[in-house]
Amino acid sequence: MSAVEEDVKTVPPAGRATGRALRPRRLGRFLPSWRATSSVVAFFVLWDLMVRWELGGFAHISSPLAVATAFVDGYLASADYWMSWWASFQRVLYGFVAAQLLGIPLGLLLGTRPLLNGLFYPVIEMLRPIPPLAWVPLSILFWPTTELSIVFITFIGAFFIIVINVHDSVRSIKNEHLWLARSMGASPTRIFLRVIIPSVIPSIAVGMTLGIAVTWNVVIAAEMIASDSGLGRLTWEGYVSHTGPVVIIGMISIGLAGYLSTLVVDIVEKKMMPWRKGH
Amino acid sequence: MNSGMAQRIPEGPVASGGMAERPDVGKLSVRGVGKIYDPEGAAVVAVENCDVEVEAGDFVAIVGPSGCGKSTLMNAIAGFDTITSGEIILDGVPLATPELAPRPGPDRVVVFQHGALFPWKTVLENVTYGPMVQGKLSGDEAHTRAMNLLGECGGLDRVADTYPPQLSSGMQRRVEIVRALMNDPSILLLDEPFRAMDTVSKTTMHRHLLQMYRVCRRTIIFITHDLEEAVFLADKVMIMTSRPGTIKKSLDVTLSRPRSTDMLTSEEFRELKLQLSATVHEEAKKAFARGEREQA
Repeated sequence: MSAVEEDVKTVPPAGRATGRALRPRRLGRFLPSWRATSSVVAFFVLWDLMVRWELGGFAHISSPLAVATAFVDGYLASADYWMSWWASFQRVLYGFVAAQLLGIPLGLLLGTRPLLNGLFYPVIEMLRPIPPLAWVPLSILFWPTTELSIVFITFIGAFFIIVINVHDSVRSIKNEHLWLARSMGASPTRIFLRVIIPSVIPSIAVGMTLGIAVTWNVVIAAEMIASDSGLGRLTWEGYVSHTGPVVIIGMISIGLAGYLSTLVVDIVEKKMMPWRKGH
Repeated sequence: MNSGMAQRIPEGPVASGGMAERPDVGKLSVRGVGKIYDPEGAAVVAVENCDVEVEAGDFVAIVGPSGCGKSTLMNAIAGFDTITSGEIILDGVPLATPELAPRPGPDRVVVFQHGALFPWKTVLENVTYGPMVQGKLSGDEAHTRAMNLLGECGGLDRVADTYPPQLSSGMQRRVEIVRALMNDPSILLLDEPFRAMDTVSKTTMHRHLLQMYRVCRRTIIFITHDLEEAVFLADKVMIMTSRPGTIKKSLDVTLSRPRSTDMLTSEEFRELKLQLSATVHEEAKKAFARGEREQA
């Protein structure tokens, strides 16, 4: 029967109705368009001109060339600089992973057990609105080392997000899925492992995406306040020592670090949800 | 079992996907069934004194307006919810009484209105889920039977390794019916399965469903509010009304089997449809009048 071909959803190419012939998208993704290129070039040119003309606050800012020179001369080959990357990455990693390891099971537990939910969820709802940075002083008082307290704050940044996401998603699992699994004879354990867990994976992914972004935000601020290492500290020291290029080197490094982490999280998420491919 | 999935099973001589003909199972009796929802003292009667008799292997359609308790009745038969009076008996075994805890089983699988394939499993994994969970078939046996049955239901074996969200809603619904059939059920419960579909896809689905019914004849209870669909598919159409939700009348469909789309334009079909629609409207008017009286 040929009914299959006509029934399969044909995914329309995502071309806009400009009347132009559609560009092959796969290639287009790697070749930046002339618009993208010129907008980035214009940004740097404009930045450079503002600094040259010392327009307002730009009098205190380094030019792109100064930043690039400073980076190549003093940072690219500097072990200290790369240690800053390592320090920040470690904190993000520990805090983020701990948040997932504790948050996912807790979300599942509260989502599936009404009794525990009634007992513990209100506390989570109460603590959740407190911004992670508000935990800084308490965290420093509580933990024996600064390192631990920064990791803890990072953890807080991702923890509530993942708990709430998993919890809400367990509670919105389709009844039909649970009923069907039961009518086909699945045991409660099997339903938990094979229906509930896969159902919440998309929400875990969302929690991870949001979590990694918050984690970087938090770790940078925490480093500026409390630490003597990391990319946040590097940026802050640039300001304190009036070395303009360092401030910008720090900013770019942080942006890049956040971007790289998001890429890794995206890859992990794709691996978790093979059924979402091409969707 | 992942390794074997890609390979295609050649169409064997086995008809009906290796499913045994079971002409003697699937006799359902719903006797005086009622369901009162009583959340906080305010009793809501969803279904009252409902009687349905279905012979083994019959195709019965239940039609009625939204909110008349069709789904409540379906959930009771499927064992998803309790009943508050009466009894439901399948092949002499009581399925539901007010004393029995609801107990779903692979002998009566539901195909839901909005579809409930597991999106994280491929078509083949969805379809083999039942027999694998029950341990009734080995991986290979389940695989072979699934591929046969999928193939017979309009060449679905070609999409065995696809994930459901990548299929059209029509194909998803067919896969779902195959998944139900894989459990070798005594009775198939279809709860408005083609509701959200356009007329053209619906017609295609009717053809497929009739084909499946011919190939592996099972008792089918088909809930719908589309009268034409009911007459075209079923042997018997039951009319359910609201206030209270109960079966009021039933109409025997005298059209011969196998059904073909030509019948849709025949005089006999038109006659039956008119008769059904007249009865439905009359019952709806009565129900409305009862409702008005209750309100007063």
